[in-house]
Amino acid sequence: MSLIEVENLKVHFPVRGGVFQTVKDHVRAVDGVSFSIEQGQTYGLVGESGSGKTTTGRAIIGLNDITSGKVMFEGRDLASVSKKEYIDVRKDIQMIFQDPFSSLNPKKRVADIVAEPLRNYENLSPKEERVRIQELMELVGLSPESIYKYPHEFSGGQRQRIGIARAIALNPKLIIADEPVSALDVSVQAQVLNFMREIQKELNLTYLFISHDLGIIRHMCDHIGIMYKGRYVEHGTSEEIFTNPQHIYTKRLIAAIPDSNPRNREMHYENRKLVKTEYDKLEKDFFDEEGLPFSLKSISATHQVALPERG
Amino acid sequence: MSEVLLDIKNLKTSFRIKDHHYAAVDDVTLTVKKNEVLAIVGESGSGKSAFAFSIMGLHTRAKIEGEINYKGSNLVQAGPNQMKKLRGKEMGMIFQDALSALNPLMVVGAQIDEAIFLHNPKSSKNLRKLQVINLLNQVGIPRPEKTYHQYPHELSGGMRQRIVIAMAISNQPELLIADEPTTALDVTIQSQILDLIKELKETIHAGIILITHDLGVVAEMADRVAVMYAGQIVEIADVYTLMENPQHPYTRSLLNSIPTLNDVKEELHVIQGVVPSLQNLPRTGCRFASRIPWIEESEHEASPELHEISPGHYVRCTCYKDFYFPEQAEEERNYVAN
Repeated sequence: MSLIEVENLKVHFPVRGGVFQTVKDHVRAVDGVSFSIEQGQTYGLVGESGSGKTTTGRAIIGLNDITSGKVMFEGRDLASVSKKEYIDVRKDIQMIFQDPFSSLNPKKRVADIVAEPLRNYENLSPKEERVRIQELMELVGLSPESIYKYPHEFSGGQRQRIGIARAIALNPKLIIADEPVSALDVSVQAQVLNFMREIQKELNLTYLFISHDLGIIRHMCDHIGIMYKGRYVEHGTSEEIFTNPQHIYTKRLIAAIPDSNPRNREMHYENRKLVKTEYDKLEKDFFDEEGLPFSLKSISATHQVALPERG
Repeated sequence: MSEVLLDIKNLKTSFRIKDHHYAAVDDVTLTVKKNEVLAIVGESGSGKSAFAFSIMGLHTRAKIEGEINYKGSNLVQAGPNQMKKLRGKEMGMIFQDALSALNPLMVVGAQIDEAIFLHNPKSSKNLRKLQVINLLNQVGIPRPEKTYHQYPHELSGGMRQRIVIAMAISNQPELLIADEPTTALDVTIQSQILDLIKELKETIHAGIILITHDLGVVAEMADRVAVMYAGQIVEIADVYTLMENPQHPYTRSLLNSIPTLNDVKEELHVIQGVVPSLQNLPRTGCRFASRIPWIEESEHEASPELHEISPGHYVRCTCYKDFYFPEQAEEERNYVAN
């Protein structure tokens, strides 16, 4: 059984207006998203800014209210569990945030930052707590003495590791990583990505990896979902998405990635133009009147594409 | 292609921190030719933006030494008035964050208009408006007449960046500096903006300095590449040589640390340590030495200089000669052991 199954998830934000601030309309940030992740795998959620990928992640962890749909986590539906039960589940789902400079409280020492989840869930004596924190620091490759420092004393990569230490403090099962390396330099990026893979193996973690960088997604993920305007346009294994993209939007996204071989430059440029013309030509067929993608249709056991109704 | 537009010699930009001056750009010598894209690559803190700001004369408190020769005059000695005349006219700049580069209280058309007006105060208003509409067309804005009267907040990120580009090229600059022009944008928009800059290069024949940390962008855009580390250029070569035959340990590490689409690696290379801060930077010896500790001291030069190892390909320090990655050594050891 999958660790987490998201079924037709919808997150709509009300738009208020008028004299009495009545609800006039809804922003359909996430509009019918379904996917499932197996234990120990990495699932990539890709899309441009505004496509709803972050909202999906936040809805799963409970930072955004779910409008409708199901989020089944180990057989429990997170959309309908009581608050009390939710606290229990919340322990197993943790989040790594994008910006390591604003996701750590600057007034707290590292020890207190990492200890916060422990204090919320586990009754540890101060001594036990310190030992556990030092273990965690070692696990993320920071010196155990550094727990008395403040976040500003660390570099970006180190801060992101502190964020990871906090996320894994309670031995979670699922980690939602929302653009975990976008704010970091290339060399530091590599460090954090490698490290995330290491602890994944070590702790049998499952990742929901949200990113707009397709190179990183390719490197990290087993399965990928491509989002556009709150809906899925394509879903499949990493291999399928990158070698056999079917939807014009996916094709365009992949064609837009800069090629690291300068000799392919001209070819790549021509290809991009070609894909663009194809996109412009087929745009009407692939999206409905509102410009939204259609519902997914399976083209193989693992590969689903939002193909036009007429086929 | 061969005409030199900008000739920079021993440029040194220092900032004062507690009564001491620390050089963020340390002895940079390079040239920018007409009609070429020179990419400057490096991590944050390597001094690449400080370098660009020095050329544009945008530093207010920095101490700038050396020479920036542009059309026979040394811009380092140029007064504020002379720089004002050049900036926005002969030299255009595209900033990273379009939202903060634009005035939120002015419609975008008026902002571009202003850029033209400042350098042609006698031009007629109607003519300028035509010019602005033309520019908006040139940068691929679908309905220029409508966009002219819109405020920056009404436009998307990609559109805003197009406005900034339109402003930068409004006076047909001979030198265009693009400081991370696509970092804040989505991939699809990024490729559009890069293609736009490429196409503009064909029409305005400017020399372009492209500052970026994204090696993919470099591979797509650059003619020549300078790799900066800790304020110095560590390697400079044409793009093919640099991407296919990189020599300096830093360049090689950088190239190894990015995930690419074509070959999926199990593990990415990690550069040990961090970029030293301005105050703690070792000013003697190879500045990259602390990040490749497995390389013996004797491999480095006492005062590393750029060596020309093939025509147009310069590498700093001698440590590149016997450089290897630790993983490589491990593999070799295993091989011998078996």
